[in-house]
This record gives sequence, structure tokens and C-alpha cells, in this order.
Amino acid sequence: MPHTPPAVDDVVAALAERFGAVEPSVYRGQTRVVIPAEVAFEAFEVLKNQGFDLLVDVTCVDYLDYKGAKHRYGLVYLLANTATNQRLTVRVFADDPDPTVASIVPLWEGANWLEREVWDLFGIRFEGHPDLRRLVMPDEFTAHPLRKDYPLQGRGERHNFPVITRDHS
Amino acid sequence: MAVENGPKLELPENVFVSKLDELASWCRKNSLWPMPFATACCGIELMATGASKHDLARFGAEVFRFSPRQCDLMIVAGRVVMKMLPVLQRIWQQMHEPKWCISMGACASTGGVFDTYAVVQGIDRFIPVDMYVPGCPPRPEQLIQAIIDLQDKIQREGTITGREFDTAGRQARKRALVEIAAPLSIDASRNPVLQRELAAAAETAPRS
Amino acid sequence: MSIAPPEFDVMSRGPDTGARSEDYLWTLNFGPQHPATHTTLRLVLKLEGERVVDAMPEMGYLHSGFEKIGEHLTFNQYVTVTDRMNYISPIANNVAWHHAVEALLGLELTSRCKYIRTIVAELARISDHLLSNGAVGLDTGAFTFFLYAFYQREVIYDIFETLCGARFTNSYTRVGGVSQDFTPLVIEKIRAFLKTVPKTLDDMERLLTRNRIFVDRTKGVGVLTKEEAINRSATGPVARASGVTRDLRKDEPYLAYGDLDFKVACASAGDCYARYLVRMQEMRESLRIVQQALENLPGGPVNVGIDQRTALPTKKQVYSSIEGTISHFELSMANRGFEVPFEESYAAIEAPNGELGFYIVGDGDDTAYRARCRPPSVLHFALFPFLIRGHTLSDVVAVLGSLNIIAAELDR
Repeated sequence: MPHTPPAVDDVVAALAERFGAVEPSVYRGQTRVVIPAEVAFEAFEVLKNQGFDLLVDVTCVDYLDYKGAKHRYGLVYLLANTATNQRLTVRVFADDPDPTVASIVPLWEGANWLEREVWDLFGIRFEGHPDLRRLVMPDEFTAHPLRKDYPLQGRGERHNFPVITRDHS
Repeated sequence: MAVENGPKLELPENVFVSKLDELASWCRKNSLWPMPFATACCGIELMATGASKHDLARFGAEVFRFSPRQCDLMIVAGRVVMKMLPVLQRIWQQMHEPKWCISMGACASTGGVFDTYAVVQGIDRFIPVDMYVPGCPPRPEQLIQAIIDLQDKIQREGTITGREFDTAGRQARKRALVEIAAPLSIDASRNPVLQRELAAAAETAPRS
Repeated sequence: MSIAPPEFDVMSRGPDTGARSEDYLWTLNFGPQHPATHTTLRLVLKLEGERVVDAMPEMGYLHSGFEKIGEHLTFNQYVTVTDRMNYISPIANNVAWHHAVEALLGLELTSRCKYIRTIVAELARISDHLLSNGAVGLDTGAFTFFLYAFYQREVIYDIFETLCGARFTNSYTRVGGVSQDFTPLVIEKIRAFLKTVPKTLDDMERLLTRNRIFVDRTKGVGVLTKEEAINRSATGPVARASGVTRDLRKDEPYLAYGDLDFKVACASAGDCYARYLVRMQEMRESLRIVQQALENLPGGPVNVGIDQRTALPTKKQVYSSIEGTISHFELSMANRGFEVPFEESYAAIEAPNGELGFYIVGDGDDTAYRARCRPPSVLHFALFPFLIRGHTLSDVVAVLGSLNIIAAELDR
């Protein structure tokens, strides 16, 4: 079994006190909480002040084909406390059309590129992000590839290039 | 004038007679300067081929110049994605004639493991390739074999008469097949007449 | 040493400069095809003479859709794709992937498997650091250093080839175990490696560690302070060289690390030289770990038992017991496989480059619904503009090398 990080009950309690129901759950030793999108930024400020100084990852899951899903996009923020080795997973949900969440770049600079990648691959807009543009796909690409309605092989973009033969070059 | 019917010449020891084509090919094949277009894992095997255990310098490919203006062999090692393909094409066009291309690894030859929206399914769809090296990644010995085979190809085909330009027809046909098959959602293999018609249309299809 | 008048001292200015100083700035495009040995990444550098005023990194030139493939391949198929992420230590990626899958499933590995995975993960760490430091040497002009490092990597490749058939891109781990157990020949080769590699490390250190040219090129270059390292989510040797003492092998022990005695290498300077030293020291600690793990290698089965229904049973079990046959059938046939809970979990290991974790969402069958790779290289590449401001063009390669950015992990 992976190592179980130290308990974060006091942190969860502080969040619940401030923001109401945060639906905490524990799975394989990892604590997850759900924060509504409107209060996400304040919640992250609270967490940063509680000592969660390391932002491990920002990512997203598209629940389009998932059994029993209530929202389409679930943003996942993984936080860690370098002093006490606690870990916490924060989930923020968003929906079509135009899913938007506040950006946490003012709190953790590491979120800059991670949020750009979520924008590029899922199409979730981050309000307050200093430089929200595509990171991994080319700029002229219009779709958001990691969404479930975009096919694995793409829509023919990878074949759409000029051919250079021996007599051209 | 039929030189072969003339008197037999007595040549001194340090003189040999050859055709210009063969001599030029011999010089070119034994001093190939590779340009490593190393994108991914095959790039590490390319570096290992150039390192001390499997030494590529033995075959004349000592100088791994990274500038296309100074090289004549482009080794595309690794997968090429949509964003990178224009860069690859530009580098190929910047290289001077005579030039050759080795497509190293499964990803460069056909797209490899990655049949996804971003990876080009074979660089030979878009640039002319002379030698394909299968493997994921190919062992250094395979790459060295590819270079030896390319040396044989250079010696055979030469570059003075321009015979290497015959590959244009092969490449055009492959591209046409992709264009015709993708937008239509009918299964042409069930209908031989339709297959013949589609093949005829592919020959005369305008390039977009 | 700038040719500009004294009031245009670059070090005291930020990127938003006045109109007059724009006359002195020029733009250099570095990549995606470039002479440094760090594959496809692109930097657009704004330079004033030789001093870098700003750098705009661009990535995505190797984005192959790894995360989307993870939604179509089973766990045991996807391990082949994880090899192709950090391709200079692929076994570490395999270990990380199956660590995350087994966390999701709640599987407990056998102790022999834990020790074996520890040994191969540490060999991968040595391989990674050899190439990373070798590339720093190569890019700053030390070709012999690079060749010494590459020779030892060939020895490690030989060990891996004897173990599982492939030099690198091993795809060694499986759910609940590994694909091949250690044979006596493998153990003998690892022992031989452990005897010979310390001398090579000594030779390499003698070449560069007190070499005046190397020290001048890397000391004080690309300084990353401790607060900035944490704020910008740096992990691994990059963070440890800045004073962040976080190492998942000690903080969240996994596999066999809890039983083994080793130290974590840290430095406080945070410059390229510190990162080089941290990696050299980590290689020596890895040798100690492999030594201890090899001596204490437990016996017993290497895969989990048949009752777990996740790892393929041995042929003897398949042919002589009904549980073996049923288990083999369930795992090999399409549309069967094993049960995966409808849950999400994240698990990380201390990969040679930093914290490499996978966030996996399970949806019932043995194909992940979402397989997210948390790449250390992305965050390190984002550090680059911050580190390079005010340094010269020749420092760009030194800093880039010391951050050990692997393009495939960067772009996935």
C-alpha cells in the first residue's frame, strides 16, 4: 500500500467551517474535498495559509462518459505541505457552456503553465491568468483534444500538410 | 570513340581508373555527415550509436553537425508531431543537395505506437525518405546497418545523373490514398468496381 | 561588459524597458532544432548583446497525446507508453505508473517485488543522472565526461537487456508484479556493475568538479532560491539543490525504501553547480541502496497471488490448479480483465527528475478513464525564464542542461 500521509482533519474542518459543505472523502489514505467554483480562490488562500505551500498538480477530468457524473468537468488540484508532508486533493466542478474558474497563479506561480495546459486540452477558462494561451497544441488548433467528444485519431489535422518530394527540395 | 578497343595501358601502382559517378559516390558515402533530427527516445539510441561502444565514426559519420547547411544525411529519430512537421520540412529544404534521409524508428516511419491526433503517421508522407529503420527504439546495430545499406544505395544510385528523383511518383500515390479514404465513410473493399473507380480518381485527383 | 552606456545596466531592470533600450535588443530563436542535446523545446531569447533580458519558452513540439492514449489502453498495455515519457530512465516511469495503478486498486505487493522494483528504479536513477550530468558536460564542452557517462549507461542497458529483453523502453512492471524475475545472471551483472562504477564516478568527478572552467561556467548561474522553488513547484534534484529537503523516498516511503539506509543529497546554493553536485552525490547514494537491496533480496513469489486476480499466474499454476486456469482465462480474454473501483487516486514516486505521479480515474474495467501524468519537466521548464534573466547566452545551455528537461515528459 502506498504510504498514508498525515491526517488533514483540522484543515478540512477549517474549510467546512468557512465554506459550508465540502464533501470530504478519504480513499486509500488520500483526502479529497469539493469546493464550489465561486469560492475557489478564497478556499485556496485559506489552504495556503494553513501551510500547503507546494502545488503538486492542476488537472481536469472530463466526466462526459462517466457513470453517475453530475458535472462535466472536474478540476483537480493536488496540494502538499512540505513541512508536515500532508497531502490534499481539492476538486472544483465546472460545466458547459464556457466553463470558467478563478486562476490560482497569484498564489502559486507553478500553476501558470499547468492552467495553460488545462485550457489548451480541455477548454476551461481561468479568470485572472496572466497569459492564457495554448501550451502544447499549435496556436492555430481550434479544438480541445482531451475532451471525450474529440476522437483519438483526430479529425484529419495530422494529414493536412504540404508534401515535399525529391524534385522540390 | 570506343576507348575500350584501344591499346591496354600499363598503369603505375598508385593510379586507378574509375567512372566519375562511382568515384563521387564512393567519396560521398564514406563521409556522410549526419544531421540528427532527434526528437524522442530514438534520439537517445542515436546518441548511443555515436558514443564509444557502437561508434558511428568508424563509418565516416564522425561529424554530427547540427546545422542543416553543413550536413548531407538527416536522421529523423523519434516521433514527429503536427507542430514539429513544418520545422522538419524547413530543415530538409535548408539542406543542400545531395542529401539523404533516414527515418529511424517506428514512430518516424509510420507513427509507431502513437496513432493519435497529434503524431504524423510516417514522415515519408511529407518528405522523401531513403532508408527506414524499424524498432522501438532500434538497436544501435540496426542503425549502423541502415547506414551501411544507405552507403550501398548511394554507391548504386549515385547523384550525378539524378536517378534519385524517380521516387516522386511513389510518394504522390501514397498521399492520394490518404485523401480519398478519409472523408468517405463507405467500405470500398466490398465492391471491386468502386475500388477501380476510386483508384482511377486517385490518379487524377488535384492536390489540395 | 556591456557595450551599452552605464545607465542601461540590464541587471537592475525588468523586462518592461523604455523605448530607447529597445534599440539594443535582438531576438534569438533557440530551437526546436538546436545543437544542445535537449530535444524539441524552443526558446525565444531577447538579448542585449550577450545578456539575456527575457526568455519565452515554448513547448509542445513533441506532444503526442499520451494522456488520451491512456484512456484506450489497459493498465498493462499503457506501461509500454509510459516508457516513452522520461526516456532516459524508462523503468522509473513504469514503476511510477504501476505504483499509481496499485494504489487505485489497493494491491499489496510481495516483498520480493518491492525490492526488485527498488533496485531497478535506482539503476534507472543512476542512468538518468549519468546522462543528465553528461549532457551538462557535453553542452559546456566536456566531451570525454559525456563518453565516460555513456559507457556506464551501456553497462546498465546490458543489465536491463539480460533482465527483460530490452535495452531501454523496458515495460518491465505489470499490475501486481513484474514481467520477469531476477535470474542469477542478472544479480551477477549488477554486482559487477557495483564494483566498477564507483571508479568511473571518481574519474568523472576528477574531470569536472574542481575544473576551473566548469566551475566558472556553472557557479552562481541560474540561482533558484528555496522560496521560489516551492512556489514554482520544483521537485527532485532541482529543488533539493536549493535547500528544499523534500524526497518522497524518505517523506512518504514506498516500495522497500523504508527498510534501507541512505541519505538524501541537498545543497543550498541553488545554482547549476549545486544541481550537478546533488546529482553526483545521489548516484553514490543510489549505489548504496542497490547494494543493500541486493544483499537483502527476499525470496518468494514476485507477483501477487492468484486470489487477487490481477497478475498472470505462472504456467505451473495454470496447468495444475483450477484457480490458475480461471485466473489466466479471466486476465487474458478480451472484455474480462479485473475489477477496478469507480474512484480516483494519485500516487507519486521520487523519479530521478522529481515527483512523478499519476492521477488515475477508474471506471470499472481495466482501462483508465483518465490517466494524468504529473510531469516534473513542465514545472522545471517554466522556471527557465526566471533563472536565466541577466545571464549570458552561453549560460543558457548550462542552465537548460542542469534542469534536465526531457521533451517527451514535458509535452506528453
